[in-house]
Amino acid sequence: MSYLKPGFSHPHHQQNNLGLYRKDYEGALSTLCAGCGHDSVSAAIVQACFEADVEPHRVAKLSGIGCSSKTPNYFLNHAHGFNSVHGRMPSVATGACMANRELIYVGVSGDGDTASIGMGQFAHVARRNLNMVYLVENNGCYGLTKGQDSATTDMGSVSKAGRASPFESIDLVALALQLGATYVARGFSGDKEQLVPLIRGALAHRGFAFIDIISPCVTFNNNPGSTKGYEYVREHMQAVGQADFIPVREEVTASYEPGCSVEVALHDGSVCLNKIDPELDISDRASALRLLDSYKERGEILTGLLHVDRDSEDLHDTLETADRPLRDLSEQDLCPGQVALDSINQSCR
Amino acid sequence: MKTISALNDFVVRFANVNGTGSASANNLFAKAIFRMGIPVSPKNIFPSNIQGLPTWYEVRISESGYTGRRGGVDMVVCVNPQSLPEDIASVEPGGFFLYDNSKPLHDEHHRDDIHYLGIPLTSICLREYTDPRQRLLFKNVIYVGALAALLDIEFPVLTGLIEDQFKGKEKLQAPNVHALELGYSYAREHFDCPLPIRVERRDSIGERILVDGNTATGLGAIYGGATLAAWYPITPSTSVVEAFEKYCNRLRIDPGTGKKNFAVVQAEDELSAMGMAIGGGWNGARAFTATSGPGISLMSEFLGLAYFAEVPAVLVDVQRAGPSTGMPTRTQQSDILACAYASHGDTRHPLLIPSSPQECFEFMAQAFDLAEQLQTPVILLSDLDLGMNDHLSEPLQWHEGRKFRRGKVLDHDQLEALEEPFGRYLDVDGDGIPQRTLPGTHPTRGAFFTRGTSRDEYARYTEKSDAYVKNMDRLTRKWQTARTMVPASRLQESAVATSLGVLFFGTSRESTLEAVDQLAAENIYLDCLQLMAFPFDDIAERFIESHSIVFVVEQNRDGQMRSLIMNELNAAPEKLVPVLNYDGYPITARFVADAIAVKLSREPQGETVGKKVVGKVVGGAL
Ligand SMILES: Cc1ncc(C[n+]2csc(CCOP(=O)(O)OP(=O)(O)O)c2C)c(N)n1
Ligand code: SF4
Ligand SMILES: [Mg+2]
Repeated sequence: MSYLKPGFSHPHHQQNNLGLYRKDYEGALSTLCAGCGHDSVSAAIVQACFEADVEPHRVAKLSGIGCSSKTPNYFLNHAHGFNSVHGRMPSVATGACMANRELIYVGVSGDGDTASIGMGQFAHVARRNLNMVYLVENNGCYGLTKGQDSATTDMGSVSKAGRASPFESIDLVALALQLGATYVARGFSGDKEQLVPLIRGALAHRGFAFIDIISPCVTFNNNPGSTKGYEYVREHMQAVGQADFIPVREEVTASYEPGCSVEVALHDGSVCLNKIDPELDISDRASALRLLDSYKERGEILTGLLHVDRDSEDLHDTLETADRPLRDLSEQDLCPGQVALDSINQSCR
Repeated sequence: MKTISALNDFVVRFANVNGTGSASANNLFAKAIFRMGIPVSPKNIFPSNIQGLPTWYEVRISESGYTGRRGGVDMVVCVNPQSLPEDIASVEPGGFFLYDNSKPLHDEHHRDDIHYLGIPLTSICLREYTDPRQRLLFKNVIYVGALAALLDIEFPVLTGLIEDQFKGKEKLQAPNVHALELGYSYAREHFDCPLPIRVERRDSIGERILVDGNTATGLGAIYGGATLAAWYPITPSTSVVEAFEKYCNRLRIDPGTGKKNFAVVQAEDELSAMGMAIGGGWNGARAFTATSGPGISLMSEFLGLAYFAEVPAVLVDVQRAGPSTGMPTRTQQSDILACAYASHGDTRHPLLIPSSPQECFEFMAQAFDLAEQLQTPVILLSDLDLGMNDHLSEPLQWHEGRKFRRGKVLDHDQLEALEEPFGRYLDVDGDGIPQRTLPGTHPTRGAFFTRGTSRDEYARYTEKSDAYVKNMDRLTRKWQTARTMVPASRLQESAVATSLGVLFFGTSRESTLEAVDQLAAENIYLDCLQLMAFPFDDIAERFIESHSIVFVVEQNRDGQMRSLIMNELNAAPEKLVPVLNYDGYPITARFVADAIAVKLSREPQGETVGKKVVGKVVGGAL
């Protein structure tokens, strides 16, 4: 892995550029099962926010319902969180983002929460290009309701109960690409070195940044025959769209063979150096979709950063909303007064 | 043959085909009466269809100021052969039937107790116009011209309206005036004008305006400081958000940047629309959505979350006839229980119930204050009749300098000054309303995790029963506080002391008040109470206590408000006598008066009506 480690010895005693410690980014103690992939994702979020010098209280954490959706409680204690209703985090995030365009919105969802009950909302938040980070902690099952198959359970994948899933699965990455998401990646909770830079890239991106994170459920879907268990994913994962995240301040030192890497400049001036399959054109959705298909055919799981559209309009741009957060506008900005009302009254006579 | 004779007091009904441009001609007619200073009340009765089906437009003209539906029709203007038989049948004996006699009327359509006025509308159009579209459109204007002669409408008032309507499109004025003249002169040449039913200028309008409730609601959202409207189109609520957006584009553009001080998001469904409003409210914006019955069903899960997590949001329900798709273009007051108790578990939501456009405006603005002060969703309960029809209304007014009441929101400095740890769900001052904070306020204080699961006073997850019960009891306390904050019930006492009362709300108001006057003329006296909101206040409670019989007038089959009153105020069911109209048309005065008279004739107390003296009830004036 070529994730660039910050140059210090003991991260827990290290301050970031805001003078904050890693612990300032932590949350409540997790109540998930020991070994649950979701806890690793929380840790990666903590790490990414710490490294990115994100002010914790300028983040709003949102989720639906599920084990995965509980996790916003387990990172960024100083950020407000909203654990909403099953599958409906995208709409809550949309309303929140419309109210205040200046905060960072991090949504956490599950495969059940997104690919089943929340499919509609997921599709529409992606196509509106809401400025948010949307993470799916994908374990191929409903953890919180005790292990039923989800819509991302691969056909033929065997559940703990011993049954092979008879249905075609939904690939959320392919879907996000088709729906117009402007930053699309896949990660694995077990590969923090890949995941942290992916999250940092998502935080820096303006627009809808989606990461499908395979995050095994140790209790219900980590058995032999499952395609979302740790062992299977480790064996079949191909990190061909792997990213190094290079913040504005740091010099680009990583080097790849010519023709195999591409620099993706993000909004804050930072750069994602992406070591890619020569087949992938990171700015071309179609090439990412083709690649996804060919890996799937070979039975491999394609991970990494697959698509970035840096210059897209987010929902605030599209709606031409004011530069100031709408929630900060006062009576003076909002209330047109009796004179305007008099002329409206007059037009109704 | 009897002939109805009436000055400034009759009902005209237009029978048209929808999609033929009749709406603007009919509106021209109503507006002309209005500009002659005579109270007028138009009701559009339209199909759930875009083109080709029957549609009616009923105009009540009432110098005495009765603007509810009266019941019965004195004159029908029929330009729709499809509905001809029922239109003829609908005319009151002695009334008038104006029709297109380009083709002769069959004998079977003859009634000998009404007057037929034939005008060859189609033939005139064929003669005058070559363009088929013009033939269709001007036919409507021609009958308005004829009505001017027949009913004595001042012609310059009509031409003035045409000028206003086509300001900037002067080329269109002359042809419209010409069409009016065609009808006018035909009527003068062929009939004895004016008819025994006619209008005459009065000065009975004053400052009042003619506007639909949805426009007023949209404006109320603007003045109330809404910055986010999230919605999914559904009749009859669509024009709320359309009006909001239209006026925002005029009134809410940032002068410096040209950008918008508002956002309108068309959601993918009502679940999402409600979620967006809640997300916006959670993050400190004044956010709302507007819908009708089917949307309420879909929003219910989210409403429970907002109730329990205590997130402000405003929801407008413009009710229509259910259940299911029901009669989507007909009116009803049938979402009362669905709204009052929307969602699973123990939930209840404040309802504000306007009965005029001016109240739509005022209550909508107030809804945002209440939602933020009470930290809960507030529902404006309107209906199709109020929302989509023009109503005579007091002008819209805004007190300069009125401040938004944002409730207990702690800012950075207040958090800094806190000596105790911040407790999101702590009842700090006994009114059941806790303090809240907005995301992004303070680096280290005031953050909390909002959730629909149970939690302690510091917003920490808990499954402890006592913490749950304590929280639910605090929500009940908050509800008691709400009781004192919602708009007060309005009382109108009968001139003669009585033990009979009538209770109504929303669009049942005008017809019920008219019925009460009619009954008083028959020595049946009733005190009146207009409910303006849920939770019910003391005035409503005392009204029910102090009357032996209370008629509860509503526009639904099951007496939903009656059930709510029984449930919330522990009122005796025998005392609450339902008066229920649920045919989808706005309730009429005749219906209310007849229903009460019939029910009283069956009541044992019938003989003592109006004579029994009870203690005086106090409260706001109606
Ligand atoms: C409306 C509704 N239906 C059903 C449920 C029950 N439920 C809770 S979590 C869940 C599935 C969660 O699966 P997923 O999103 O994959 O999260 P995981 O627990 O696997 O992380 C279900 C069906 C609910 N909370 N709400
Ligand atoms: S049930 Fe599965 S998803 Fe839920 S916490 Fe346990 S391991 Fe994680
Ligand atoms: Mg899952």
